[in-house]
Amino acid sequence: MVHQYRLNGYNIVMDTCSGAVHVVDDVAYDIIALFEGTPEEEIVSSMVSKYAARPDVTEEEVRACIGDVRALRDQGKLFSPDTFAEKAGTLKERSGDVVKALCLHVAHTCNLNCAYCFASQGRYRGERALMSFEVGRQALDFLVAHSGSRRNLEVDFFGGEPLMNFAVVKQLVAYAREKEKTCGKRFRFTLTTNGVLIDDEVIDFANRECHNVVLSLDGRKEIHDALRVDYQGRGSYDVIVPKFKRLVEKRGGRNYYMRGTFTHRNPDFTKDVFHMADLGFTELSMEPVVCAPEDSAALTEEDIETVKEQYEILAVEMLKRRREGRPITFYHYMLDLKNGPCVYKRLSGCGSGTEYMAVTPWGDLYPCHQFVGEEKYRMGDVWHGVTNTALREEFRACNAYAREECRDCWARMYCSGGCAANAYHATGSIRGVYKAGCELFKKRIECAVMMQAAEADEG
Amino acid sequence: MERIKTLETRDLCESAKNGGCGECQTSCQSACKTSCGVANQKCENDRK
Repeated sequence: MVHQYRLNGYNIVMDTCSGAVHVVDDVAYDIIALFEGTPEEEIVSSMVSKYAARPDVTEEEVRACIGDVRALRDQGKLFSPDTFAEKAGTLKERSGDVVKALCLHVAHTCNLNCAYCFASQGRYRGERALMSFEVGRQALDFLVAHSGSRRNLEVDFFGGEPLMNFAVVKQLVAYAREKEKTCGKRFRFTLTTNGVLIDDEVIDFANRECHNVVLSLDGRKEIHDALRVDYQGRGSYDVIVPKFKRLVEKRGGRNYYMRGTFTHRNPDFTKDVFHMADLGFTELSMEPVVCAPEDSAALTEEDIETVKEQYEILAVEMLKRRREGRPITFYHYMLDLKNGPCVYKRLSGCGSGTEYMAVTPWGDLYPCHQFVGEEKYRMGDVWHGVTNTALREEFRACNAYAREECRDCWARMYCSGGCAANAYHATGSIRGVYKAGCELFKKRIECAVMMQAAEADEG
Repeated sequence: MERIKTLETRDLCESAKNGGCGECQTSCQSACKTSCGVANQKCENDRK
């Protein structure tokens, strides 16, 4: 199947199954729309009539363009048949029971009291707790033992606020570095922090040991401080921004994300993205809030329309900044069409519940951080491994074709069927479809592909 | 092709032949944490 759309002056045609992307003029755009199911003579007369005022659109020209479309079809770059549906399940089975990434919840507690936190201020609807070194060490041992032939292992220090358990974080990294010497694996650590406890020691540690740091900032001071407050209700913006600046500067401005959440309060979130850019940050990510629909922070249907417009505004502004020599990166617009993921990855998705799991402070395993606190999604623990194997099979079965609605969606090779946690929270089932999320995802991909077209055009 | 410019992309059908090494980053470990998006992950297959 193909997906055609117009954006920012570009006519774009995406071929779903081959991954090919074509930038076309109006005539080719119309011909491609008619190509399947319309006889050639009808296409020719229709185009010559529609473009009668254009001297370049002769019958000969139209026939030549139809020939080009046919050639692309024959090369498998347009209307390519779907040969993946049957393979979707088996390709994902290829990974067996390998685990390659863990989200370590080193602190189920937080020094901020953000109203919209999906982790309920770090407690995940449970007790406050810190992970002990012994539990963390067992988690790392479990990861290495179950990682099969995978060399790159990922560990995210998450919470709550992981720096509230910084001593254990340091111990675990030291343990992993020792283990690397004998086990033939390479650990890549990520630290996700609200920034309150960042000091020079944290900065030096994060910049020496962490492959990536994710820094939570919601953008404009008034937006950030409205929800990201301490237990006295005081905003955290003035405390964290100087610390983030220092960390990023000492890090050389690389391998970090300034990550924000936008809510019903700021569907015009590009103002917040540009505010981050104005602060000097260039690696940016801004995500729609995840919360119950009745929550006052939840995005409304009207907000969704605004957000879609905002994604377009962001893409156009990013192109402008690129031309002006002051580029910024937006996580969801980072598409590498040439060296991006293989079809296995595109069919399989994030690997939650199979290759990727979250570990609670008590050592319990969950499919990902967003399921922690949902008792029925407990998979096992780091001592005994996955004991709820039926649940693992349920997650293994999640792929780009697991949902009926995805089978004829052009975006399935970009989202892999979407986030299981979002589906669960929106529909009660990990095999459900979170429709608002799909709409936003598709808009983001359209913008990202348009930017690739523009960059190819502008050189 | 005068009216059609094709961007250079990885052929997904081809990638089925030697893909699936599993070395690439897990999506949620990077920045989103609340949504799945695999398309922006880099391929880390040495034998591509």
